[in-house]
Amino acid sequence: MIPQQESEFDIGYLKPYYGKLFPYADMFKWMSYGHDGKHPGCDQSYFGRREFSYTLKGDFYLRFQSFNSALELENSIKEKCPLKIDIGPVYTVDPAKRHAYAQGDNKVFTPVERELIFDIDMTDYDDVRYCCKGADVCLDCWPLMTIAIKVIDASLRDDFGFKHILWVYSGRRGVHCWVCDGKARRLTNEQRASIADYFRVYKGNENSHKKVSLMGAALHPFLATSYTNVLKDYFEKILLTNQNLLATEERYEKILSMIPDESIASELRGRWQDNNRRSSSAKENINVVRWEQCKQLLQSGKHKAQGLRRCVEEIVFFFTYPRLDMEVSKHMNHLLKAPFCVHPKTGRVCVPIDPNRCDEFDPTTVPTLFQLLEELNNEGLRADVNGEWSGTSLGSAVTLFRSSFLEPLLKACKEEIERSYSLKLQQSKNSIGCSSKR
Amino acid sequence: MEIVRPQSHRNLFSPNDAVSVPTIPLYRSAPPLEVRLEDFESFAIDRLRILKGISDGMSRGKKPDEMEKLVKESWKVHMRHQHASEVLNKDIISHFVLRLVYCRTEDLRKWFLSMECALFRHRFRFLTTEAQRAIMDEFDLTCKAVSNVEFENIKEKLGQVARSMGQPSPTVDTIFYKVPFEEVPELVAGRKVFISQGYAYVAMNQVVSLVATLFRSQLSKTLILTNRKWTASIRDHEKHRLTPIVEALSSSYLGPDFSQPREYAEISLKDIDQVAKTSFPLCMRHLFDKLKEDHHLKHGGRMQLGLFLKGVGLNLDDALAFWRAEFSKKIGLEKFEKEYSYNIRHNYGKEGKRTDYTPYSCQKVISSTPGAGDQHGCPYRQFSEENLRAALSRMGVNSRAMEDVMDKVRNRHYQLACTLTFEALHGVTCDAGINHPNQYFSDSQKILQPKVD
Ligand code: SF4
Ligand SMILES: [Zn+2]
Repeated sequence: MIPQQESEFDIGYLKPYYGKLFPYADMFKWMSYGHDGKHPGCDQSYFGRREFSYTLKGDFYLRFQSFNSALELENSIKEKCPLKIDIGPVYTVDPAKRHAYAQGDNKVFTPVERELIFDIDMTDYDDVRYCCKGADVCLDCWPLMTIAIKVIDASLRDDFGFKHILWVYSGRRGVHCWVCDGKARRLTNEQRASIADYFRVYKGNENSHKKVSLMGAALHPFLATSYTNVLKDYFEKILLTNQNLLATEERYEKILSMIPDESIASELRGRWQDNNRRSSSAKENINVVRWEQCKQLLQSGKHKAQGLRRCVEEIVFFFTYPRLDMEVSKHMNHLLKAPFCVHPKTGRVCVPIDPNRCDEFDPTTVPTLFQLLEELNNEGLRADVNGEWSGTSLGSAVTLFRSSFLEPLLKACKEEIERSYSLKLQQSKNSIGCSSKR
Repeated sequence: MEIVRPQSHRNLFSPNDAVSVPTIPLYRSAPPLEVRLEDFESFAIDRLRILKGISDGMSRGKKPDEMEKLVKESWKVHMRHQHASEVLNKDIISHFVLRLVYCRTEDLRKWFLSMECALFRHRFRFLTTEAQRAIMDEFDLTCKAVSNVEFENIKEKLGQVARSMGQPSPTVDTIFYKVPFEEVPELVAGRKVFISQGYAYVAMNQVVSLVATLFRSQLSKTLILTNRKWTASIRDHEKHRLTPIVEALSSSYLGPDFSQPREYAEISLKDIDQVAKTSFPLCMRHLFDKLKEDHHLKHGGRMQLGLFLKGVGLNLDDALAFWRAEFSKKIGLEKFEKEYSYNIRHNYGKEGKRTDYTPYSCQKVISSTPGAGDQHGCPYRQFSEENLRAALSRMGVNSRAMEDVMDKVRNRHYQLACTLTFEALHGVTCDAGINHPNQYFSDSQKILQPKVD
């Protein structure tokens, strides 16, 4: 298990972190989406309409903070030293002045843009992992998060055509995803919900045993691709043995209960009880052996019944498929923790994860606040042009953030601003041309 | 009314054939017609009857084919006119009058929008393919048809989608339309389309969703505009003529309203445990028990139970006390006040600018999609058979009634299952059926504590 180092975190350490390491300029550039430039098409009010909110010491919340420049943001964070910074939507007007606009039925103060976000949390996987529970994670269950990143990332890009996607370690037991394409930021709540539902395969909640049901004569291409490219391999090569999914009676009963045909279930039960008693050959992993038997029976020619054909897939989906917190993705005004915050319990920094190399990501080696400050001390005050983090293990995280996410994003934003500006010019020319008609 | 040119000539309406209304007007501009004041009002009322019928049907959880029939019949009854040629005019006029009536607040707009869209959908289905094409033309859709070359490239995927819904694979003759996925949210949500690089491939037989979405967004925009015009000029301008009619029309809307507690109002905090046992439907009983057990409920559960309790007559102070007592056991008083009390006040319309929230109907509860860790939704739909049996026997349903209930559940008639539960527990028949958790409650109270007056 990861040492959670609960005791390590000391709020006093946050001051030097915010003082020297937090990448303000990058955050500001990101949240400006190109509107901080000189181009006449830039909307200078854009960044200032974004809501930030703080969690301060003593569980004190400050919502609707807003800033007009990178410097204002930096000064405020340094002064308040928040335990956690959340990012909300961009509103029609400056959220700090919302009361001035709140009159009557016409909603002047309302969210207009927000990244499409996803929140995946290991606590929702407690019925499919046996290594730890609740807030704990270890390298045996972390692959569940890797799977989630792979499945969702591939679909966001290939199906929905999004390009600017940021994955972030939540600092403890999960991952966050920010989809930042202009098109994604402008989705309505209904459209957000439709994407979240597209990703949903679980029916019901803890009160229904059989959570996944895949009907029909074929899987939807998205599910089929996820299954063959990700889920199947992760289940058979990693989770089956990592989690010992079939090693004990209690565990295999869970899987048997997902088989709708009682005769097959009891045949398997018979075999497995049997070889519990017999000393197994020890050479082959018992989980793998049992899974092969299970697959063979379910897929053998004589059981081609509609319900059974999907059963192997249903089991694999149940144990591997991403479990999203739907509410977070469905509404524009949900807050989400900012990247590069420090998790107050673990002291770990919420660093970006490279989706192309997410299987290499190891939550146990993510830099902690304590470690960073030590590195900072050892380095002395050798300020680099890039900022002080470049001499610490935060360096690679910031570099990744810039090269794989921020730079391509800003390039696209500039192009979009130019495009819509020239379109506007064009339109106003046209309308001047037509105005004599009115 | 403003006078504008009639709509495009594409409306293939032929006056001699008014019975099988060949197309649907898109109501893009107000009719250039002289309307008599009585017609103004009576046409609107006729259309309102149709829309209310749809609304009732939906809240009863009627199935698509039942709805189809309902709409068809109610259209025939209410939209007829002694001069067949006038039906189209009546359609257009009544729509525009109701648009004035329902443009004036957000809640009214929302209701009108969803009923008009439902109506549009059903009418679109009755049309001939030709008439459907004409409407698609109006929305510039026909040009988005997928070419044969492109079809060949993706036909395997299109086949997979069709088979995943139990339909045969499409052939070259099947027409597909390629549109941004944002335009077909309901097809995306149900994974009913193939999506690639931001585009959804919509089959001809799914086109109704696409057209309905476009219709909806067009109507939604014009409702806001109408509202502006109404407040800016029409209201004063028509002070003596139309305004009184419009205002009267809107108060005659919707069915029973559970947002205000009714005759058995004022359940107090001390009675709540008792009435929860005797008069809560299973969906609320489950949330109530879970809350007592875990001292916590996720957002969906808090909304479903909270609004129900409001409808039952728990006043704001009692509601705050109720939630506080449970939540503070787990998260402490301070955190409760900071994070949750706002929401409860909000539900009672005390915080924020929103109007009162209305308790959820069965249809809304049943169609909710609880995720991991959520407790809301309708247990008849969400629970496993085993858990449902256990829950029902805890409520006191005997084994004979149990089988009838389970039978309904298996056929996915959740509200009927709930009705049978009600009947088993109260020993009376309930012909109207259960359509609303608050109706379950008030019907139960009526039986258990007959009013003494
Ligand atoms: S049918 Fe309606 S009242 Fe009954 S449990 Fe379901 S939602 Fe509740
Ligand atoms: Zn673990």
